[in-house]
Formats: sequence, C-alpha cells, structure tokens
Amino acid sequence: MAILYILQVIYINREIAMATRFTKSMARNIFFGGSLFFFLLFLALTFDTNQKLPKRDNSQNLTASVIHGKKLWETNNCIGCHTLLGEGAYFAPELGNVYVRRGPDFIKAWIKAQPTGAPGRRQMPQFNFTEQELEDLVQFLKYTSEINTNNWPPNIEG
Amino acid sequence: MQYQSQAVAKPYFIAAIALFVGQIIFGLIMGLQYVVGDFLFPEIPFNVARMVHTNLLIVWLLFGFMGATYYLIPEESETELFSPKLAIITFWVFLAAGVATIIGYLAVPYATLAKFTGNDLLATMGREFLEQPLPTKVGIVIVVLSFIFNVIMTMLKGRKTAISLVLVLGLIGLAVFFLFSFYNPHNLVKDKYYWWWVVHLWVEGVWELILGAILAFVLIKVTGVDREVVEKWLYVIITMTLITGIIGTGHHYYWIGAPAYWQVWGSVFSALEPIPFFMLTIFAFNMVNKRRREHPNKAATLWALGTGVMAFLGAGVWGFLHTLAPVNYYTHGTQLTAAHGHMAFYGAYAMVVLTIISYAMPILRGRAANSNKAQVVEMWSFWLMTVAMVFITLFLTAAGVLQTWLQRISTTPMSFMATQDSVAIFYWMREGAGVVFLIGLIVYITSFFIKGETKAT
Repeated sequence: MAILYILQVIYINREIAMATRFTKSMARNIFFGGSLFFFLLFLALTFDTNQKLPKRDNSQNLTASVIHGKKLWETNNCIGCHTLLGEGAYFAPELGNVYVRRGPDFIKAWIKAQPTGAPGRRQMPQFNFTEQELEDLVQFLKYTSEINTNNWPPNIEG
Repeated sequence: MQYQSQAVAKPYFIAAIALFVGQIIFGLIMGLQYVVGDFLFPEIPFNVARMVHTNLLIVWLLFGFMGATYYLIPEESETELFSPKLAIITFWVFLAAGVATIIGYLAVPYATLAKFTGNDLLATMGREFLEQPLPTKVGIVIVVLSFIFNVIMTMLKGRKTAISLVLVLGLIGLAVFFLFSFYNPHNLVKDKYYWWWVVHLWVEGVWELILGAILAFVLIKVTGVDREVVEKWLYVIITMTLITGIIGTGHHYYWIGAPAYWQVWGSVFSALEPIPFFMLTIFAFNMVNKRRREHPNKAATLWALGTGVMAFLGAGVWGFLHTLAPVNYYTHGTQLTAAHGHMAFYGAYAMVVLTIISYAMPILRGRAANSNKAQVVEMWSFWLMTVAMVFITLFLTAAGVLQTWLQRISTTPMSFMATQDSVAIFYWMREGAGVVFLIGLIVYITSFFIKGETKAT
C-alpha cells in the first residue's frame, strides 16, 4: 500500500516534467495527505514497538544503581568519545558490550588508572569516581549489555 | 532591499559565519587528536572539542535559518516584519545563550556544568548533540517560539505563498520535535528511541522543508522562473522527503533494542530517501537552465546548484551506502557514519545557508550583487571548501571501510584501538583536507571585504 503510494508520487512527478495538468494545489494536497498518512503509520509502529519493548529492553533490571550509573554516564559526557550501542563519538571503543568484553573489575581499574599519559596516545580524563559510583557505572554497562540488540555488534571487539 | 525590516537578517548572517569559523577550528583540533591523541590534553579533551564542534554547527545553522526566514518572509508576504524589535532582541538572547554555553563547555568539567545548571531537576544533558544545559535548552525553546510567532504574525497580515507556508511548517516541526530533548527516560532503549525524534526528524525531516523553501526562494529570484513551477516542484520534493524520511527513522532502530521488524521498514524507506535529494538537484539545474533573466549574482547561483549536488551526494548517496540493515550491521558506528555526517551536513544545510547569505548579503549591503572581483573570490572559496569536504568524506570513508573490515568482518578481528592505529594515515589526510577547508573559509570571509564596481539594487 505504502509502496503503491510512492510509485504514484513518482509517476506524478514524471507528469510534472511533462507539464501536464498536475496543479500546485494537487501537489499541496498530496503533500499534506502523504505526510499525515506516514506520520500516523510511524505513530502506529511506535505504539507497537512500545508494546514489544519489555521483552527486549532489559527494563526489569533497571535498579537504582543502574539508573544512577546512567546519570553518571550522561553527566560525564562519556558519549563525547565512546559509542554505546553504536551511537556516539567514534574516538574510543564501543561500550555497549564492554561488560562482556572486559568484565567489571577491569572496567573499574581502567577508569581509575586514567589518564595513561602515554605520549601521543589518546587520553581519557580522570573523573575521580567513588567506589560506589564505579559500581553504578558497571551496573549500567551490565544492564546495557543485556539489551536485545538483534545480535549487534558482530563480534566482541564492538 | 524591498522591505526595511529585512535588515534584521544581517546580524543573524554575521553571527552564523562567525560561529562557523569556531566550528571549523574545533574540527581541526579534533581531527589532530585522532592522530596525536594527547594534543591539548587535559585542557581540551576530545569530548569537549566534539561538543563545541557539533553544537556550534547546530547553533550557526539555526542562526542561518532564522536570518534566511527574516529576509525572505517580508518579501514573500509583501509586508514589513511584524516586529523587527523582537527579532533583534531574540538575536541577542540567542547569541548570549549560545556563547555562554560554549564558554561553559570549555571552562568547567561537564559534570560541574551539569550540577550548577539544574540537571538534577530535569536530567537532559550528556546525550549526543543534546549536551546543552537545561537553561540553554529552555532558552532555545523561548527564542524559537518568539521567532515563529513573529513570522506567523507577519504572514497573517500579508500574502501567503507556498514557500512561506513550507518554511513555517518546517520551523514549527523544528520547535515541536526539539521538545523531545526534554524527555530522557531511565530506560536506555526508550531514551535512544525518542532521541532520534529530535535528531533524525530534524535533519532527515523538517529541516529539509526549510532547506527546500530557502532554495526555492533563491531560485525564483536568480532565475526568474514562474513561481507556479517552482512551488509545484517544492511540494513534490518535500512530499517525497516526508513519506520516505518519517518511516526512514527506522534505520536508526536496527541495533538499539527495538523490534527486528524495523530492519525491514527502515531499509525499505531509507533506501528511498535519496529520491527527494536527487529531485532537488534536478530541480536546481532545471530552473537555472530555464532562467528568464541573467542575475548579476553568479556566486549565489553557484551555491544553489552546489547545494543540490552536494546534498544529493552527502545525504543521498553516502546515506544509502550504509542504510540497508545487512550492511549497517557491520558499518554501524564506524567512520563511515562520520563520513556521511560531514558531507550531508555541509552539502544540505551549511551550503543552503551560504546560498541565502550569498544572495541576500549584497542586497542587505545596498547592491544587487557584489563586484565581479568579490564574486570570483567567493567562487574560489566555494570550490576550496566543497572539494575539501569531498576529500574529508573520501578519507573518512576509506578509514571506515578498513575499520569495518579489520574490526568487524575479519576472521581475526582487531581491537578498536589497534584498528585505529592501522587507519591513521587516512586521519592525517583528512586533517590535511580540513586545513584546505579552513583556507577556503578564510577566502570566503575575505570576499566580503573586496570592493569593486557594483550596481545599486
């Protein structure tokens, strides 16, 4: 149905090129009708997505610690260098699966050891987290790694 | 100019260009940090430079859109602006908010900024492109609403054209979808799902309405082609934009926890997203070929044609490259995304703002077009910046393809940092192209100060 509609618009576009009786007000009506139709379709898909999310989004594990970890993730702008489920900056490793790749102890030790100060190498700032904050971040990364991402990333390297 | 109040556009354009310079400087800093990792560390860590780079881009484009609107709405409506005073007040408010935010990013650690700007009241910060502190976000809403009010009041008392209607629809969409930046659920999947309602529905949705309207306006002016023809094209283009772009949001929902059916919806519809951009190119060339007058401003015509071509390449072709789910599975979140982002933003949005500035600025300065000498320099800057951006995109694409191979496809996948080291040569070349871009930008600014014989408007 949607495809037919697009084909029809493409056809009409050809008509314009041929300067037939396709008028501006017809074009406007197709614009309003088409945009409205596809926006409503988008809302319907969004509604359906929301129905299906609880089985996929690991929300049953949204503990107070995870929620605080997410806030730490945000207020330290981690996304400014890293990707999380592939979204963010491409300067530093993917962290959506870092819990699986490195494990909790390595993650904490790594964050505490920054910056490395190795000349010419990319540097991560020191954030001076408390032990509790480190634990919350790890819990957030654990929760993230358990979201059903349709099997992304392709391998453990992210 | 035809209406006195169009003059309010001028400070908007000047601010846009100034912030553009800042954006490029921070882009060069980041580009160097890709290969000299500790450059300017800890003074300007990469995440801060990136925030400044992307936020300056958004702010200067918004300045450009607002300036464009204030310039073209009186002319389209055939009446003076409802309130030039309000336009000037909001200019200073927006500029102050923008500059204060950038200084905030640079002066204090981000966590401190969050603490002192009320992020605990309503946590909205720390998400890509929406890093602005709460007061800045509220400020953006207030500025945009007062701006839209001013524009609609002007339209109501004058002629209502398709161009101004489409422009205002785009601006209202911009305001409405920005409201989702205040929605930040604890559930990461929902957070990401609705984050795209700002980001995708802006740049692959309502912003394209603004782009189309500005381009249509300039094309009518420089080619003298009948308004009926131009506006009919405009409607068909934006129809294609929204019927492909809205469901096309699905190409961001493949791997963030949303149901797998988005791989089908997203792939099918986003594969059609190049169509409106292709039509935009055909449209621009068609109108110029059928021109009924020889407008003295050749540079503006060049920018208009360039917008069509580069938007098609950057948004259309480079978007299509990695939009199909089976491809995106391997390329998601690599330098390929960066390649596409750079050329799409430059080709579609930076260039359309430079198009309207090129057309309107001489008129705002009391002449139909700049002197031949000044135009030649401006056209040099067009080629320098555009070719530099093509090379930035090609080098990032090479880096992205290699990265995908080494880190994701190879039977012995390399770690992220080992992969980065392997593709460093392309980052060096990208930085070189970036320097050429900066030279182009300096040439561009120089063109405003070149005198010579001009005709009055």
